[in-house]
Amino acid sequence: MKIYEQTAANLSKLLQNKEVSSVEVVQSFLDRIELIEPYLKSFITHTPAMALDMASTVDNRRAGGEKLHPLAGVPIAIKDNISTRGLRTTCASRILENYIPPYDATVVETLKQVGMPLLGKTNMDEFAMGSSTENSAFYPSRNPWNLERVPGGSSGGSAVAVSSGMAPLALGSDTGGSIRQPASLCGLTGLRPTYGRVSRYGLIAFASSLDQIGTISLTALDSAMLMNVISGYDLLDSTTLSEPVPDYTIFLDEGIKKLKVGVIKENVSEDFDPEVTAAVMKNIALLKESGAEVDEVSLPLTDYGLGAYYLIAPSEASSNLGRYDGVRYGFNAGGESIDDMFSATRGRGFGPEVKRRIMIGTYALSAGYFDAYYLQAMKVRTMIRREYEAAFKRFDILVGATTPTPAFKIDEKIDDPLQMYLSDICNITDSLAGVPSLSIPSGISSGGLPMGMQLTASPLKEGLLLKVAGFLERERGHLPLRPKVKLPEGGEV
Amino acid sequence: MEFEVVIGLEVHVELQTESKLFCACPNSFVPEPNVNTCPVCLGFPGALPQLNSNAVQQALTASVALNCEIALFSYFDRKNYFYPDMPKGYQLSQYFEPIGSRGYINIEDDNGLLKKIRIGRIHMEEDAGKLVHAVSGDASMVDYNRAGVPLVEIVTEPDLSSPGESRRYLEQLKRILQYARVSDCKMEEGSLRCDANISLRPVGSEVFGSKTELKNMNSFKAVERSLEHEIKRQRDILMRGEKVLTQTLRWDEDKQETVVMRGKLEAHDYRCFTDSELAPIELTPEEVDRARAALPEMAEARAARFIDDYGLPEYDAGVLTSSRCLADYFESCLKTYNNPKVVSNWIMGEFSAQLNNAGLEADQCSFRPSDLAELLQMIDEGLISGKIAKEVLEKAFQSGKEPRVVVEEEGLLQISDQSELESIVEKVVNENADSVEKYRSGATRVIGFLVGQVMKETGGKANPGLVNELLVKKIEG
Repeated sequence: MKIYEQTAANLSKLLQNKEVSSVEVVQSFLDRIELIEPYLKSFITHTPAMALDMASTVDNRRAGGEKLHPLAGVPIAIKDNISTRGLRTTCASRILENYIPPYDATVVETLKQVGMPLLGKTNMDEFAMGSSTENSAFYPSRNPWNLERVPGGSSGGSAVAVSSGMAPLALGSDTGGSIRQPASLCGLTGLRPTYGRVSRYGLIAFASSLDQIGTISLTALDSAMLMNVISGYDLLDSTTLSEPVPDYTIFLDEGIKKLKVGVIKENVSEDFDPEVTAAVMKNIALLKESGAEVDEVSLPLTDYGLGAYYLIAPSEASSNLGRYDGVRYGFNAGGESIDDMFSATRGRGFGPEVKRRIMIGTYALSAGYFDAYYLQAMKVRTMIRREYEAAFKRFDILVGATTPTPAFKIDEKIDDPLQMYLSDICNITDSLAGVPSLSIPSGISSGGLPMGMQLTASPLKEGLLLKVAGFLERERGHLPLRPKVKLPEGGEV
Repeated sequence: MEFEVVIGLEVHVELQTESKLFCACPNSFVPEPNVNTCPVCLGFPGALPQLNSNAVQQALTASVALNCEIALFSYFDRKNYFYPDMPKGYQLSQYFEPIGSRGYINIEDDNGLLKKIRIGRIHMEEDAGKLVHAVSGDASMVDYNRAGVPLVEIVTEPDLSSPGESRRYLEQLKRILQYARVSDCKMEEGSLRCDANISLRPVGSEVFGSKTELKNMNSFKAVERSLEHEIKRQRDILMRGEKVLTQTLRWDEDKQETVVMRGKLEAHDYRCFTDSELAPIELTPEEVDRARAALPEMAEARAARFIDDYGLPEYDAGVLTSSRCLADYFESCLKTYNNPKVVSNWIMGEFSAQLNNAGLEADQCSFRPSDLAELLQMIDEGLISGKIAKEVLEKAFQSGKEPRVVVEEEGLLQISDQSELESIVEKVVNENADSVEKYRSGATRVIGFLVGQVMKETGGKANPGLVNELLVKKIEG
């Protein structure tokens, strides 16, 4: 088996047993990138020199007998909205095309301390606004399972990199499904942690009350190992939680007897692709056979969640993106007056979806509309939280589909924003409630595309989600983890 | 028609903290631009604010000092607008829930009666940077040293009825905030800034007239003048039967008149909403009580103590406590020269005159309390006369030298040498025979004139007591 095909947990073992060096590991992924990245376009910036540099540092330290972190030497790809000092961070936007941050995000600093080589910065929808990575100002990424299809978004590049063996692990960000939806469309494990579990310092804000950094990996164990690195309180992010961080890997081997599972009626809907629902139900049946107590639960406010989300997130975005005026950093279009400069810079620097959301948000916050739109949406958000609190009195976890359909075609929804928004329908209420939410593979469709299932728990119960994911991986056997990538000119790699 | 003036003031005060409101950058003035900056106060992508708890404490202190009710739960909101000096495209401010509300301070109205001025709210917010226009004129530059400096905004109800009341309100507010040690309140340096809302209405009317907002006043005097100017302008408009337009006006200090900045239609829609990047501010009733108990002695209490402890007249106590640093100066002086009334006279007289001339506060001049004490001791020791002492104070104040050094360098030591003075006394007695005659015939008051003649001869350096004694001895033989 080739190095790049290994899970992060296996790489960790190989490295600790000194069966491979970190330089060899990194080189294997760099070779893989060279081979298939031209077809998939999952990266915006490649950092081979940085990666090899870190790898050889880790190898030297290991050779010197130093006790290293289990993930030391295991490389990672990072979404391009997470700030990296001295390394351009674009948010897939023209307005930040040449922006080089003067500081590292807290998570990046932690990865560096652990000794994880950075392979590059991954493609995404501009400012994390989108569900297909087609809103990147540079180019769309392609789904390794089928190059004609989207990988999902906005963390599409991170999902593609892990799915195609160009990286063993990736960081993404999830505002309203941006980790879970691409993980689902690419057959991966994608975790959106509890709001405040992972520091957002250095994550370029889209909607501050919803944004959360999380993991994209092949397995639950890989996700647990990465969560061990990035979780915890950060003085620089006032919204981080001070509760101690458990070792997430210890949950993986636990059983699920007496686990109370609530099947969300709205997320196994008749309107969904029947194959998607069937795959979810098959996994649920397995849980039931193994001693879990399964019942149906309705979260009727899900219907209002999408509306509330598309008022709250754009409102915050309209404010968060106000700083891109060309004065201090990033693109500057010039102009005769200050107002001309602002208009030209933002007019040319932002893409159409970003502009659409800035306009929606500006409108929703305007005098005379604030109460009817923003404030009303915030009330819905509070009610959704209460609905979850009530549900978690009855259930340990809630389950349903991650996305209504497997990956759709490139260009299929790009001209229909509403259809595009609806692809996140199952993901949004978890975001509004701030609870941890995990997407895992549920099966492969007849068309050969992966499908996903979403597990949700109450705040700080990431361990419970990983436990269920680990249990399913063991019981039903691993699903095909990575596809063979079929090249347009024929052949597969 | 008789009109009634309605004024409300919005005052911004810089808090005296070590660091800025949301980052660790120093809160201090430096001439070099963009030195006190970091990713947070420059609004770099991904940077998040961290609230300075010391600034919250100071805002709490200011709120209790202004008799406000305290919000135990408050938070920051975003006021969105585009301007190059606003690094984030929004200002963090307490829009929906101010830390303090429904307070008041007492001032004297125009008839010398006590008047309560209600304070509607006091809230925390961050300052913006400064635009600097290039000398060449073809570019503007921004200095973000000030961006993120903690401010409180203090807003009165429309309770002020004249420019004079407005000035006295500002003086009293400044005094309280200085005493509470939350700000130095130096308007000329921008650590206190004031905007005014003003309207006129017919006496007896219940409804407010349309108001204008005045900005850009750089001193208390400018506030008073601009209000006087605006009252006249509005009265003229109303007398012509026209309507006052709701506008924002800028005070032009050179022309001493108001200039239109923007009209109602150009007013901003700030699209305020609550920030979610900062944790809310939670205070306990115990913390509020502690802040109240920890308030330093305020002006009124200190004046009362000056009367009781030092036996000062009410007038002296009032003048000395008009600013915290002047009262500090007085008490500091007493440590080495324990004669309160004499110290008070000198501080209210010569020392204050020098401060006014130089446009300085008592804590800004190089003439320290120990210098004044030394000067007064030299008078007591007979080394200089009171008259010479005034001259020494002026020279020491302006040069920064110690009074003793000034006396030595200028040769101002008093002549107490009896033999030296006797010859001058003899000369004066000989040259003023008719005055001497008057004295001998009972008009002893002329002795003052004769003493003056001796002082004149000695350039004021003679010890006047000794001169008097020598003259009497000489004449009475």
